[in-house]
Amino acid sequence: MRHEKMDPSCGEAVLDIAGLNVRARSGNHWHPIVSDVSLTLRRGEILGLVGESGSGKTTIGLASLGFARTGCAFAGGEVRFKGQDLLRMAPAARRALRGDRIAYVAQSAAISFNPARTLMEQVIESVVDRGTKSRAEARADARALFRLLHLPDPDRIGDRYPHELSGGQLQRVMAAMAMLPRPDLVIFDEPTTALDVTTQVEVLSVVRELVARFGTAAIYISHDLAVVAQLAHRIMVLRHGRLVEEGETRKMLAEPQEPYTRSLWAIRTFAKDSLPASDVLLEVNGVSASYGSLKALDNVSLTLQRGRTVAVVGESGSGKSTLARVVTGLLRANGGEIRFSGETLAASAKSRTKLQLQRLQIIHQSADASLNPLHKVREVIGRPLEFFFGLTGAQRERRIVEILEQVELGAEHLDRLPSEMSGGQKQRVCIGRALAAEPALMICDEATSALDQLVQEGILKLLTRLQQEQQISYLFITHDIATVRAIADRIVVMHRGRVVQEGPKDEVLAPPYPPYTKLLLSSVPEMDPDWLDRLLASRKQAVSDKAVS
Amino acid sequence: MSRPMQFDRVPLSARIGMAIILAYVAAALFGPFLAPYGQTEVAGDQWTPLFWSQPGSDGDVFFLLGTDHLGRDLLTRLLYGARNSIGIALVTTLLAFAAGVGIGLLAATKQGVVDQIASRSIDVLMAFPSLIFALMILAVLGSSIPVLIVVIALLNMASVFRITRALAMDLEAQDFVDVAKLRGESALWIMRRELLPNAMVPLAAEFGLRFCFVLLFIASLSFIGLGIQPPMADWGSMVRENASAISFGVFTPLIPAAAIAGLTIGVNLVIDWLTNSRSVGNEA
Amino acid sequence: MIALLIAKRLGLGLVTLFIISLIVFFSVQLLPGDVAQAILGRTAPPEAVAALRTRLGLDLPAHVRYLQWAGGLFQGDFGDSLANRRPVLDLLSERIGNTFFLAAVSACIAVPLGLILGLASAIYRRRPFDHATSLAALLAISVPEFLTAYILVAIFAVELGWLPAVSMVQPSQGILDRFILISLPAATLALGVIAYILRMTRAAIGNVLSSPYIEMAKLKGVSPYRLVVRHALPNALSPIINVVLMNLAYLVVGVVVVEVIFVYPGLGQLLVDSVSKRDIPIVQACGVLFATAYILLNLLADVLSILANPRLRRPRGGV
Repeated sequence: MRHEKMDPSCGEAVLDIAGLNVRARSGNHWHPIVSDVSLTLRRGEILGLVGESGSGKTTIGLASLGFARTGCAFAGGEVRFKGQDLLRMAPAARRALRGDRIAYVAQSAAISFNPARTLMEQVIESVVDRGTKSRAEARADARALFRLLHLPDPDRIGDRYPHELSGGQLQRVMAAMAMLPRPDLVIFDEPTTALDVTTQVEVLSVVRELVARFGTAAIYISHDLAVVAQLAHRIMVLRHGRLVEEGETRKMLAEPQEPYTRSLWAIRTFAKDSLPASDVLLEVNGVSASYGSLKALDNVSLTLQRGRTVAVVGESGSGKSTLARVVTGLLRANGGEIRFSGETLAASAKSRTKLQLQRLQIIHQSADASLNPLHKVREVIGRPLEFFFGLTGAQRERRIVEILEQVELGAEHLDRLPSEMSGGQKQRVCIGRALAAEPALMICDEATSALDQLVQEGILKLLTRLQQEQQISYLFITHDIATVRAIADRIVVMHRGRVVQEGPKDEVLAPPYPPYTKLLLSSVPEMDPDWLDRLLASRKQAVSDKAVS
Repeated sequence: MSRPMQFDRVPLSARIGMAIILAYVAAALFGPFLAPYGQTEVAGDQWTPLFWSQPGSDGDVFFLLGTDHLGRDLLTRLLYGARNSIGIALVTTLLAFAAGVGIGLLAATKQGVVDQIASRSIDVLMAFPSLIFALMILAVLGSSIPVLIVVIALLNMASVFRITRALAMDLEAQDFVDVAKLRGESALWIMRRELLPNAMVPLAAEFGLRFCFVLLFIASLSFIGLGIQPPMADWGSMVRENASAISFGVFTPLIPAAAIAGLTIGVNLVIDWLTNSRSVGNEA
Repeated sequence: MIALLIAKRLGLGLVTLFIISLIVFFSVQLLPGDVAQAILGRTAPPEAVAALRTRLGLDLPAHVRYLQWAGGLFQGDFGDSLANRRPVLDLLSERIGNTFFLAAVSACIAVPLGLILGLASAIYRRRPFDHATSLAALLAISVPEFLTAYILVAIFAVELGWLPAVSMVQPSQGILDRFILISLPAATLALGVIAYILRMTRAAIGNVLSSPYIEMAKLKGVSPYRLVVRHALPNALSPIINVVLMNLAYLVVGVVVVEVIFVYPGLGQLLVDSVSKRDIPIVQACGVLFATAYILLNLLADVLSILANPRLRRPRGGV
């Protein structure tokens, strides 16, 4: 049942930011990261802050606590919490509000907890220090919150250390820590971004319940509009530190005003047409692999056809990245075989032929890690040309420029270092490097996952175009269903090292679904404010159906 | 991975350090040409103070830094000593570095048994206090220059090995090294083009650190009489020769000691800059 | 789990001690050239050399000699000095107390001071206090010990005349006299140790202070004092313990040079004298003592490090 929203316009203003300016220092000069942002938040209201990386949303979230990171400084404006300006308050007074009246839930719970102290100590710390509650009261209250948040073993989980819990569990403990003092305002900074979609659903539902129960005002920061739409009454879209658009959730989703806003949700309007079958290029037959005693792949089989894309989708621990390592030969399989262009591939890359190595290329998730920070673009793309085809001098130079054009980069990048390029540009250089080898198959291991939405779309379009022009096959490894929908011809669903389902896109994405696929697909947030309610309701129904039968 | 260093933003302390190092290198290279007197020439009274002037056989003689216990010009002795002290320390450090980097890279790339043997042996070597080990060897073999160089190089190689191995293993785990391996590049090419350039800065810092250790170590050994033997000019033994001046209220031995300190301070200033700039470049 | 880790480390320590004893023994006995010849010099008559060889037991096979020597160690028999035929044990026991006294006093001054200054400069990072102490520490570790020693002597003994320049302690002297006599050598040692501990503590705590969980604690409104004491220190404990023990090990070796400078009747001075006189049994005995102390301190550092790490105390069992 959809909880009834309080009518926010009747509440008092809890947070009132006016004309906020924040600047950051790099080297000797300052540049603005938040420019002239204003917002008002009332009791019981949830505001969604949406934007890509660099939009300033985290900075604004921190500013709501009167906090600026090292290297950043406030350069104007007011941040009023219940009438008092946090920026002009005495430090001690500001500190008194934090952890008591204003709380913060960080993006990565794993690194936000002190590894040397138990969870309970950290959860009750601020409350007990101020004397708001006695130690015993605080502990009891914390346990109640743990129970509310559906944490396992709520009475004793507090005695554990952070490294003993999973990411999703830690995130919920952090939510409990934030809510313990019953604050007036909570800032949620991308709390589910680092989690698997299936875990995300759990955390989202408990967060929503908590906030509604205690009538707290909240700011929910995320780059994922669909997620924000489930919780927020109002949404603010930010770009490069400025406000783009603001409005009530339903209204904004139905009729966005600004083109930028519209582009955020039109994610993956782009979709490749499904192509018919062609001859087989890659065959993975019953491959198993392990890291020591830990079995990472268990009897995995799939086929990839020439000029087609197979998307391997799964969550963390599914074995999809291990699959990439085995196919490329960085990890030896201990069972099964891999056939490429009719030939059996040696288990280790060292034993493969030069031609085999050339025709099989890989694009990694992080372009930062896969580019040598001291190599210029010319060397990055030039080396494979030299190594595989013996190109030198002017010929090589010409070919490098050609490849840059293919990946939509201009010749001005030739002498650039990775540190001088954006994330999207770096990934294009990596694609160029792979193209230089004239591959038949490119393994894209979460190649777009670390990029902003719009940039992702650009890369996917590029890859599709290259496939059409050069008949390159892709083994596209991802956790993102939207990406899968956009570019796959065939889909392989993996879970805990096994293949759960394999087949053409239209088959896999249509019922009937095996249980895991159903769980996975249903957990992907949709651009509909009622999606979460419906999902929770249907799952509850399924549970009670099962109980009855 | 950090950004490559920006050389236009070198802090003042590092510039001072580099200037100091340059001055010492110049003294070592051109010392004998700059020295006002001969290396063993007795030209004045014993232990004269700074800026001392006295009548000599050919008009007044001037000693910028005074004289030593035999009446030799201290400045001259320092300049000649520069060659010995810096030269021997440099050779020793280079030797330690060659051995340490070589074995470190071998252990990191080969892994397995080779790595185990190398690491355990180095562990045992490091478990031993260097001064004691050196003293024991010197007790039997005597304090000749070759013995000193080999023993001290051996002792310092352990630290270089550890750092090289750690760096190499860390860099090897990077994706860009995987890309090179998957291309089929040879181990030598990977080491030369992918690993070494990225290891330059930490290795340079370690080189500086080792050089200082070695310089101070040899100076200490010379000071207790077990290092470089007279009449070879060396800053450490110069301190020893002039030590008794202190009891007469003359501070002559402080001068060669300060010469040693000056160089190590200069090197340390540069090292501090090298080790700090890496972490600064990592700002997200 | 953790007991296993510690047991492993202890085992490794014992093996290291064994190997060290081998090194001490054989490095001296198995070097090129005849040991007895080397000791007596090239001009010595053959009969004298032969006699020395027999006396040193050099005609026995190597492993027998080693076992004899090692066995002797356990019984406290370190052999006799070649120079004056007195049992090495006597010479050692006269002096070991002195060396220990000097090292202990230096450590007691240096460790607390170093830790406090390091902590302070980490907390007040990049402020004038930090810049000043960092610079001073840099200078202190760059200079050789004899320079520090002579500067101190120049100021306090020669110019001001407050403290003695030479520390020839007699067995009969009382505690107060001893303290005054070792004040300058102790200060010399302490300065070096303070500088090292300061720098490394500052680095360790600075490292911890830039962790995300410290930012989280600030966002919870934790007071600055509690931030350092409750959040930073427990995590910096392991590297700090390491630093302190490493420096104690350094002290063990640093006394050698300092004792020579100040003519202090300790093990260090005995070792240096014996090296010049090529008095092998004493060199071996001192070598073993110093090396053992050094290794034990490093061993203690490793074990305490393991104990201080909560990840190892409670491995991930999963909930």
